[in-house]
Amino acid sequence: MSATVDVTSALQARFPQAAPRASLDHEAVNVPMGDVIAALQYLRDEFAFDVLTDLTAVDWSEAMAPRFTMVYHLFSSTRHVYVRIAADCASDTAPSAPTAIGLWAGANWLEREVFDMFGITFDGHPDQRRILMWDGYPHHPLRKDFPLAGIEAPLPDAEIVAETGMAANPVPLAGGPFVAHSGQINMAEAEPRAKDESWNERRPKPE
Amino acid sequence: MVSSRTELGYDSKIEGEVIVSRRDAIINWVRTNSMWPMPMGLACCAIELMGSGGARFDIARFGAEVMRFSPRQADCMIVAGTVTYKMAPQVRRIYDQMSSPKWVIAMGACASTGGMYRSYATLQGVDRIVPVDVYVSGCPPRPEALLDGLMRLQDKVRHEPAAGKLFTA
Ligand code: SF4
Repeated sequence: MSATVDVTSALQARFPQAAPRASLDHEAVNVPMGDVIAALQYLRDEFAFDVLTDLTAVDWSEAMAPRFTMVYHLFSSTRHVYVRIAADCASDTAPSAPTAIGLWAGANWLEREVFDMFGITFDGHPDQRRILMWDGYPHHPLRKDFPLAGIEAPLPDAEIVAETGMAANPVPLAGGPFVAHSGQINMAEAEPRAKDESWNERRPKPE
Repeated sequence: MVSSRTELGYDSKIEGEVIVSRRDAIINWVRTNSMWPMPMGLACCAIELMGSGGARFDIARFGAEVMRFSPRQADCMIVAGTVTYKMAPQVRRIYDQMSSPKWVIAMGACASTGGMYRSYATLQGVDRIVPVDVYVSGCPPRPEALLDGLMRLQDKVRHEPAAGKLFTA
């Protein structure tokens, strides 16, 4: 099926700034943030991409500009093709994107997750709250500058903190991150293990 | 345990109606055999906890089948699963609402130490917010392991100086 050619060129015809995006699997298109909702609606209505499979973001790290990219994965349940739409956030310090709830109601929680994990705000989102971390948590864990072990943060409940003296502490990673070496023949060696054993609970991580 | 000194227990005048024992023994005997768990099921371990309530493992054999979903009616919190920081205050709050005396079993690697979740979101051991009496290892522990933990807790309760605490506190 020639759907792959169709989508990019059709999008480019309609949105002149759209550009093909390098992709190893499915067709992908870069779209300016201002056009993204219109482009998604165009794909949904004209090309039967009726399922929002996923909506997420990429943090390219503090040094990069643009730093944040929104990514939308669409699927057509009638034509059985996927397409990926990416849009860079204009601001690196206060990134934002328009909400896609008007097109797919299911975008609601996905956008809350992106807000929670990346700190990207969604214009027009009716219920912009954290979804995974607790209210008042000051960090965005999926940003590149957030350490895997976490950063000390106050617990939400002052009463409990007074009782227990607890805070959300960085965890001892004991040499993490833990990774599974897939494809190894010996299953005993394929189980998750620390990449780096040079530090542990007692000895701090060498910087 | 309960004494069976026959010369008193079977005195013909008071036959069969008086048993002499120690306060500790009586109180602990009661507590040991009617431990009502508060099932704090937070993740996969909770399924094993449910399994231990089923017919095959039958936690009722230990008098602990009465899972209470109200903390005020429970005296043994079984923390079964991953405690996240988001959940931690609620766990502590439920613990606070349980009436004394109360005990805590940390069931599984997650509840005991954070388990494999070495991550910013997970409390690294429920003993940071509540005092734990028994840790059950495993991921998940089999119901037998939980029952073993329960028996160890019963053992602990059996030897507690209960009466002293009861009448002085
Ligand atoms: S110890 Fe294992 S089975 Fe139990 S809650 Fe944690 S991950 Fe699940």
